[in-house]
Amino acid sequence: GVVERSREQLLRQTCEAVVLGVLHPRTAITLVLQVLSDAGSLLSCCLNAACMGLLDAGLPLSSLFCGVTCALDANGAIVLDPTTRQEQEARAVLTFAIDSAERKVLTVTTKGNCSVEEMQQCLVAAQRAADTIFQFYRDSVRRRYSK
Amino acid sequence: FRTVEPLEYYRRFLKENCRPDGRELGEFRATTVNIGSITTANGSALVKLGNTTVICGVKAELAAPAADSANKGYIVPNVELPSLCSTRFRSGPPGEEAQAASQFIADVIENSQMIAKEDLCIANGKLAWVLYCDIICLDYDGNILDASAFALLAALKNVQLPSVTVNEETGLSEVNLKQKNPLTIRKHPVATSFAVFDDTLLIVDPTAEEEDLATGTVTIVTDDEGRLCSVHKPGGSPLTGAKLQDCITRAITRHKEVKKLIDKVIKSIKPK
Repeated sequence: GVVERSREQLLRQTCEAVVLGVLHPRTAITLVLQVLSDAGSLLSCCLNAACMGLLDAGLPLSSLFCGVTCALDANGAIVLDPTTRQEQEARAVLTFAIDSAERKVLTVTTKGNCSVEEMQQCLVAAQRAADTIFQFYRDSVRRRYSK
Repeated sequence: FRTVEPLEYYRRFLKENCRPDGRELGEFRATTVNIGSITTANGSALVKLGNTTVICGVKAELAAPAADSANKGYIVPNVELPSLCSTRFRSGPPGEEAQAASQFIADVIENSQMIAKEDLCIANGKLAWVLYCDIICLDYDGNILDASAFALLAALKNVQLPSVTVNEETGLSEVNLKQKNPLTIRKHPVATSFAVFDDTLLIVDPTAEEEDLATGTVTIVTDDEGRLCSVHKPGGSPLTGAKLQDCITRAITRHKEVKKLIDKVIKSIKPK
């Protein structure tokens, strides 16, 4: 449907920004994402899966990226990685894709409305959370190759 | 030179902080809006952003509301990029860009709460309005999202819905075409698009050529109170938080300009 198309466009353009396509001319890279279960923060989960897939495939990347979802509840408190229930009750849900090189923002999508300050606060929180996720990437890759 | 090395051609202009069509980096193209041109639709608007031309027509139909939200009507946006607007689109099922644009417009309507779906309900659980908003691009010269959002806003402001009463005895609806009411638009979301060049430069309102050469795009939708309804950055070169903040401040200024334009146009239509 239309929702999947817009998600595909998002993922595709995020991956296109990091994959060094010049090193593989006349090549098509197909990324297939199958949702097994959705318990909230689906888009950031897809972004993380996509990045780890590209890592596992050994494709040359200019940087890694990770997806972080923030939900703003009615009081303005930031909830990172919300469940489906928290997402539905939230006033706004923001998803960021942060790159690993300089913690810059690769992708942003928002649902619901929020003020500019709240968005900046979520961005800072997301950048901090990105450190944890990149550490997880490192540990997983280490585990895979240390056997 | 322009056809052989378009990127270098553009870089030469960007170094002087301007663009080939003479605009500044933060300047929009001339925006014109024409309301009420389609008499067969309940509301319509034609928006021209430079060469980009988008027309939006709103048709209202009656339907039964969904079981889980018995007091809500429906708003169904659909963005079409037919092959007549540009050589890059072929006729056939809607391409990815059209579908992504439709989803973007649906998100803008949902996030900004510009129309409360409860307002569209006529009889709880029995009858509600469905607004089919068809946004058709007539000429594609970049920045389709801004133009579509603006056309939608102008068309919805122009919509006149006939009053409907449900006859208690027969249970049928009676539509009174002589008595019309406008829609209550609560918020006025305005979209502002930027193109990112070479990971550093941000230019506002890109043309089709600039979009092709850009390394990324950002679209920011703000509403009347300076709140963000949507920040849409589908991939592309990474931006720092500060750059994003610059985009947001520019978007807020643009909102004021657009709001003034819309108010002027609405006032100029003589009330029937």
